[in-house]
Amino acid sequence: MSAGVRKKFRITRIPLYLALILAAIFYLLPIYVLLVTSLKSYADVNLATMWSIPEGIHLDSFIQAWNGDPSKGTLGLNRNFMNSIKLAIPATIFSAMLGSLNGYVLSKWKFKGANIIFPAILFGMFIPYQSILIPLVQTMQGWGQATRPFLNNVSTWNMPVYFEWVKTLVLTYTPAYGTIGGLVLIHVIYGIPITTLIFRNYYTEIPDELVEASKIDGAGFGGIYRYILFPISMPAFVVVIIWQFQSIWNEFLFATVITNKAEVQPITVALNNLAGSFIVEWNVQMAGALMAALPTLLIFILLGRYFMRGLLAGSLKG
Amino acid sequence: MRRINFDRIMAFLFILPSILAILVFVYGFIGWTAWASLLKWDNIALIPKGSLFPDVAFTKFDNYVRLLTSDQRFQIDLRNTVIFTITFIVGCLSLGLILAVLLDQKVKGEGIFRSIFLFPMAVSFIVTGVVWRWVLNPGNETSGAVGVNQLFENIGLPFLKSAWYTNPKILYIQPASSLGTFLSDIGLGFLSSPNFGISLAILSVVLAATWQMSGYTMALYLAGLRGIPEELREAARVDGASELQIYRSIILPLLQPITLSAVIILGHISLKIFDLVSAMTGPGPAFATDVPAYYMFDTVFRGNHFARGAAIAIILLLSVAVLVVPYLSYSMKTEVQQ
Repeated sequence: MSAGVRKKFRITRIPLYLALILAAIFYLLPIYVLLVTSLKSYADVNLATMWSIPEGIHLDSFIQAWNGDPSKGTLGLNRNFMNSIKLAIPATIFSAMLGSLNGYVLSKWKFKGANIIFPAILFGMFIPYQSILIPLVQTMQGWGQATRPFLNNVSTWNMPVYFEWVKTLVLTYTPAYGTIGGLVLIHVIYGIPITTLIFRNYYTEIPDELVEASKIDGAGFGGIYRYILFPISMPAFVVVIIWQFQSIWNEFLFATVITNKAEVQPITVALNNLAGSFIVEWNVQMAGALMAALPTLLIFILLGRYFMRGLLAGSLKG
Repeated sequence: MRRINFDRIMAFLFILPSILAILVFVYGFIGWTAWASLLKWDNIALIPKGSLFPDVAFTKFDNYVRLLTSDQRFQIDLRNTVIFTITFIVGCLSLGLILAVLLDQKVKGEGIFRSIFLFPMAVSFIVTGVVWRWVLNPGNETSGAVGVNQLFENIGLPFLKSAWYTNPKILYIQPASSLGTFLSDIGLGFLSSPNFGISLAILSVVLAATWQMSGYTMALYLAGLRGIPEELREAARVDGASELQIYRSIILPLLQPITLSAVIILGHISLKIFDLVSAMTGPGPAFATDVPAYYMFDTVFRGNHFARGAAIAIILLLSVAVLVVPYLSYSMKTEVQQ
């Protein structure tokens, strides 16, 4: 009897699993093509056999995508990958810290007008960035001109070898048109809405009594943050850091208008250029695409739970 | 008491930089763009030192009038955006809902399926564009069928082959057809023109975008389904309702707020879509895959038509604002009530 029920149960569920597997194939199909194409050797890349499994694993495409090919004049993605890291990590950290402070003020130190300021900040999350792009580029170019004498001066600095990094740091992170620092600043500013939203929602859940009690104990603005809220903020920090890292890593529009030279371009811009040039074979393009996707994919696989929370927070009522 | 006041000032000082940044970089820049869209700024007119705008004539709404009445490329872009937005939202909502309902049947390996449906969200639109351009590569005469076309041929479904994103065809109501003559009889003859048609090439871009974003609607719906108490379904079952009836008359209505959020989020993504088009197709044959965001980028940063680009940007902003502002104010109001 029970065996019969179980059997019937299974048969009716076959279409269910069939549908799920079909859907899974749809989502995995591009990844399959990406992998088999990038693992093929040049000789093996043939439009007619693009679906077949490569004969042996060849890493030439990855090597060429990573290092570039001087004979064709194509640049490698290695530098751009590093640029993306230099961009995404500091931008993420600054924007999480700023968001945390903003969220703290907007949830626990509500001032007059906070109820207007919060939605006004949030609106910045939805605007099409085209509507601020022209003045943004103009402003960054202006800063570029203003800081050029200083930067020219810096590049002539004679630093002891041990302090060469200071020079590099200043040259990389001075915010201006065509520097990574410029992009960091832009991502921190336009990241304010989402990071503030996530932290504010998180801190709102924390009972005000806790804050009031420590006020009576003599804790002030800084103390309450430092000893009460910050220590229990880790879950929100994880969500915000993952969210900001993946959006900054994947971002293209700001990167393409602010960085004009390959030496400073993040990987999305370089990949788009690589794919747009007709002399680059498909297997190299796919290897490049995999490199650009790998960091955020790894984060998704390892920390998917937190990724989900950021996603749902983006729809306001997370 | 004095301590509290001091702390209040501190709190305000800490948030002030963010408020100022948003004020300048969002609202100030939008205002700048809005003003620039009213100028006759059609070339690299340099901005004099100490001034915000170049010394060019003020044209009132000329740039908008031109875009909306005589700019053929912008007309095509509007048509493409409408088609893109509708098909993208419908695609993501229906696929997301179906997947969420399937996953809600206590399936084995739910976590794995969920991750498979959701992982495209983690990659860049640029990666999606590059990969789908390869997957949907229609091939040429010497290569024969490649990509998905080849797959269709191999599994015996050759009629599904398509030129994908290179297809220049526009589906529209032919003026000579019976529907076309009917429309012209009732004074709607303008509808039977390619300007109100469906560009087939852009549907390929929609396919890639749906691949990337439908997991998001799935996740939203699944969270919604999990929030519906089991007792509600039990009660309906006791009353003799079939599973289908339960979904139709109990669960779907309860998911409506989620659908609304999803429409807003997906709608604003599709209105400003740029990266994916840029990586996958560019403007395409006869602007078949062009969108306003791409036109804006093209005309400003390649053509130096600053005022025209600014006008397109403001039109984009207004269309997004129509969607988002009511939603934001509604969200804030319900929050205050809570």
